[in-house]
Amino acid sequence: MTEHFKMDAPATDRRLDDMAQGLVGAPLDRPEGPLKVSGTATYADEWQVDGLAHGVLVRAPGNSGRVVLANRNAVARMDGVLAVIDDDRLLRNPAQGTANEAPIQGPHHAAYMGQLIAVVVAESFEQARHAAQSLEVTLEGGTLMPVDPTTAAVEPQESKNLDQGDLDAAMETAAHSVDAIYTTPSHSSTPMEPHASIATWEGDDLTLRGSYQMLKYNRNELADALGIHPDRVRILSPYVGGGFGSKLGLAPEAVAASIAAKQVGRPVSVALQRPQVFEATMRRSETSQRVRLAADAEGRLTGLGHDALVSNLPGETFAEPILQASHFLYAGANRRMSMDLARVHRLCAGSVRAPGEAVGVTALENAMDELAHEIGIDPVELRRRNIPEKDPESGKDYSSRRFREALDSGAEAFGWADRPGVKERREGEWLIGYGMASAARVNVLMESQARVTLLPDGRARVETDMTDIGTGTYAILGQIAGEMLGLPRDAVDVVLGDTALPPASGSGGSWGASSSGTSVYVACQAIRRQLAERLGGEEADLTLKDGSATFDNQTRPLAEILDGDEIVKLAHLQPGDTSDAVRQATFGAYFAEVAVHAASGETRVRRMHGSFAAGRILNAKTARSQCLGGMTFGIGMALTEELAFDPRDGHVANHNLAEYHIAVNADVPQLTVELLEERDDWANPMQAKGIGELGICGAAAAITNAIFNATGVRVRDYPATLDKVIAGM
Amino acid sequence: MRPFDYARAATSEDAARQAAEGATFIAGGTNLLDLMKLEVMAPSALVDINRLDLNQIEEADDGGLRIGALVTNSDLANDTRVRKHWPVLSRALLAGASGQLRNKATTGGNLLQRTRCLYFYDRATACNKRDPGSGCAARDGFNRILAVLGTSEHCIATHPSDMAVAMRALGAEVETLKQDGSTRRIPLGDLYLLPGDRPDRETVLEQGELIAAVTLPAPVEGRQIYRKVRDRASYAFALVSVAGIVAVSEGRITRANLAFGGLAPKPWRNAEVEDLLTGEASSDALFGKAADLLLAEAQGFGANDFKIPLARRTLVSVLRELSQEASA
Amino acid sequence: METQLTINGTQHKLDLDPRTTLLDALRHHLGLTGSKKGCDHGQCGACTVMVNGRRINSCLTLACMHDGDEVTTIEGIGQPDNLSPLQQAFVSEDGFQCGYCTPGQICSATAMLEEIANGWPSHVTGELDASAELTTEEISERMSGNLCRCSAYPNIVEAIRKAAGGGA
Repeated sequence: MTEHFKMDAPATDRRLDDMAQGLVGAPLDRPEGPLKVSGTATYADEWQVDGLAHGVLVRAPGNSGRVVLANRNAVARMDGVLAVIDDDRLLRNPAQGTANEAPIQGPHHAAYMGQLIAVVVAESFEQARHAAQSLEVTLEGGTLMPVDPTTAAVEPQESKNLDQGDLDAAMETAAHSVDAIYTTPSHSSTPMEPHASIATWEGDDLTLRGSYQMLKYNRNELADALGIHPDRVRILSPYVGGGFGSKLGLAPEAVAASIAAKQVGRPVSVALQRPQVFEATMRRSETSQRVRLAADAEGRLTGLGHDALVSNLPGETFAEPILQASHFLYAGANRRMSMDLARVHRLCAGSVRAPGEAVGVTALENAMDELAHEIGIDPVELRRRNIPEKDPESGKDYSSRRFREALDSGAEAFGWADRPGVKERREGEWLIGYGMASAARVNVLMESQARVTLLPDGRARVETDMTDIGTGTYAILGQIAGEMLGLPRDAVDVVLGDTALPPASGSGGSWGASSSGTSVYVACQAIRRQLAERLGGEEADLTLKDGSATFDNQTRPLAEILDGDEIVKLAHLQPGDTSDAVRQATFGAYFAEVAVHAASGETRVRRMHGSFAAGRILNAKTARSQCLGGMTFGIGMALTEELAFDPRDGHVANHNLAEYHIAVNADVPQLTVELLEERDDWANPMQAKGIGELGICGAAAAITNAIFNATGVRVRDYPATLDKVIAGM
Repeated sequence: MRPFDYARAATSEDAARQAAEGATFIAGGTNLLDLMKLEVMAPSALVDINRLDLNQIEEADDGGLRIGALVTNSDLANDTRVRKHWPVLSRALLAGASGQLRNKATTGGNLLQRTRCLYFYDRATACNKRDPGSGCAARDGFNRILAVLGTSEHCIATHPSDMAVAMRALGAEVETLKQDGSTRRIPLGDLYLLPGDRPDRETVLEQGELIAAVTLPAPVEGRQIYRKVRDRASYAFALVSVAGIVAVSEGRITRANLAFGGLAPKPWRNAEVEDLLTGEASSDALFGKAADLLLAEAQGFGANDFKIPLARRTLVSVLRELSQEASA
Repeated sequence: METQLTINGTQHKLDLDPRTTLLDALRHHLGLTGSKKGCDHGQCGACTVMVNGRRINSCLTLACMHDGDEVTTIEGIGQPDNLSPLQQAFVSEDGFQCGYCTPGQICSATAMLEEIANGWPSHVTGELDASAELTTEEISERMSGNLCRCSAYPNIVEAIRKAAGGGA
């Protein structure tokens, strides 16, 4: 029997607070840690499969035209080559997150330079790579298609537009105002593990060992791409070497490996080369954002405008949802927002960590800093004055929102009171500045299933096709089950990453922990009820701890109560009325200290602090690590990260890790993170909200605001590389 | 990577002979294999010189240092003599690459590493250095990291080495060996060719000529620093770098050796700039003039225009630091 | 091409395509997948192993160039039930998230501590003739050849400090 649970009403019972095991929230180590630190966790391209052949993908050398493989027969005869494949079903670009169906397919016409238009399969990787490089690819009848979003054709996204009150009038009559354009470049998720798949067929049944974030969708996407029934497809992703959005949807290598394995009658591994990760997975759209703020003399916002231009390939509907948090973060009666989508022949735009807020809040927070400076008040105080009582557009209540506390507590922890004036502090050749920004991210609950089995020996097993992409899923699902069932953490086994298991929400949009966690919670509640029933009482009166049940002043080991039986519960969570009844979001604040070199304009982040409120924290250690990761993405976004597109053909010129500069260890100081105690009853029965992306949503602005404080230079065009800093010095 | 014959050289002469017959030397391999994987370089044969006896650092009679071509970047940076007497070289090495790469990369290989121009690395784009006559996609492309000095209409690549910049400032020479056993010494500044109309030709070395050692003259008076300006705090190529050795006596500059990285197809040194400084009293005005002279011919190509003001600011800052420290 | 390698103390005789990198020899021919392929171009450090005691990028060297060499991979540093102090510290400090760069980080850090012990300076060492302290700044600089996109850097630094006894 499946336990159905729909989140239709706030969970005010806060049952987790009544539990006795003391696991939820505790900063426990990751249970899979010993495997990861010893190199024995098995990632996609590491399964030892007999008879494995290797496939290497081939790119289109331009952005339009019919693909011609002039020497394919010669390549097919090269040493060790098993096949040269340009099957119609190869993906043009990856599927968007939660697409649940194949994206645009077909390798015969190039839509962007770097599109993967063929796979060459050989006995060895060395042979496959050389053969792939030997394939002569030309484009027939192609012309250079538009690649620049500022000049390309634009499609207004009218359903995303808002016009409330009269922003123009508010701007005209404002005591203080800001009207500025901020631009952010494209970013690449570029996880450390390149996208890789090993496909194995047994008859008509396909097993794909892949590196994916959302397996239930990925299975349907793969089946749809191949034209087979989803029941024929099993995907295994027990360990995923990072995703950050780029492994949400099915990527080209999975389809290539599957087709190749079928064709050559052997298992085939296809891993993207690092340049292909940059050229053919997903990019975050570059953005151009006009932010308008109108305020009265005291800094109370009377108007807020946010107009954005983003881009994507023809045929793709995804438009970076920049405005998400602008709708609810600050007050202001007169509001106007709009989105335009430019059609360009650059690689596909999709989700990169915290789509929307990562760049949207950043621009808004730069504008807020400009406004504070204009008015002459403390930037923290400006934010405090503009925390709306209710959602400024819908009038709904906020579910839980410890935004003010994050601002105050963060300022205190950082030592914000010591903030220098603009261009006031210097240490030798280094100009020192402080900056801050708010953090905000929407909170979402997604459908999710999990099976929990209480075994006769008193151990438990959690099973779901949920993934752990570094987010801590193995840790927290075990903690939730252990807490609810009164078991030590190591008495719970967590099995993940297999589509043969109950389908989960997948890892994305910061919803994974709360959604999959709630399904585990619900299953455990059902087990508790059954145990209570066995003991002849009510679940509410049952205490489970250390493998024993206490009821009516009697304590008995679970194994004894179970008496050789096991209790299996499958739980099915569905989001419900609480999603729309209130405004659900997570909040926080960042504080940064930078040093800018007076001669070179190089910026180094010296200190950075984040205070975050995201409901109940399920594991303080892994949650903190997620915040460290988000803040570091913010450092990269602020200072170095930019996909550099060739201005003519739009290819990613810096398609490698030497020139696409993600932060290195020396770029990141010992960041500090504070997680505020919070319960959000509207979010789910655990009162937990998403924490995986909050740490990036505005982080870059704290750094660029600090650069202004240090130097007096406003860099509105990200990243704030030294050339842009010295241009203003 | 194309198939190739692999052989290990028994002696330096053997290595030179194999190379004269068409093989490519491989030492650390950190750049060669990088390029071979992309088939930007596709030698038909490799001659592995790693086991040759070229990994000594020896003191020369003239007080200088003879550095075997196979001395790794780590060993060179860590050598106590280098740290003490030629610190600009240690600093330059330590500013380059990563700990792992420095353990593998060799002195000779570092000098001969190829440009990091993104178009050179991408076979789908035009590059006169990779495919002579195909054109230069970088000129009108993404050229942020490329050169502003010494370029030609055919190529605007930079030489990426940090080590070579310090060696140029130190007046290093390259000692080579040919297959007939003859040797020659080439001042580092003469080793590299400017691109002109043949950017595929990068050095004066003949086919089969093996770099056996690099020699440094005896230590000179003056303070030494290596200033590297880059996008990341570590593990990034220089946008601009300056190796400076400046001596000051009674308020006047008595020596100014200055070499520059990130600006040109070779480690750049301009004797006129050094002459302008020598004998003069330190001042910002003087440093500004030196920068003007250095950059008089500089030409940007759009995204790399900033290197001109950046080089100016960096040079002035380095000279300030060197002259202050030296006089303190 | 016949090549003999001693890997984690065990001798292996391999007959490899000369094009095979040390990394691919480990991953494809010896089943030692602990060393990771993050970029295959020496730009990320995930493939870091120790050869004759020194850390290198195994993706940028050919296996045949290492005939007779001693290679230590993550599998030789410690096993799940027998972790090295550094591996244990990575677990307790949460010095990783997805875990893909982690073996390279640990191999690199293991060798890096040896480099500091041997008095090697770094880019951030104040005086070239003085021995370097195990400061946060030194560790960060010396570990910058190992990228971590999950950005566990602060925890990696803490784990290394802890394991090295530089501050618990």
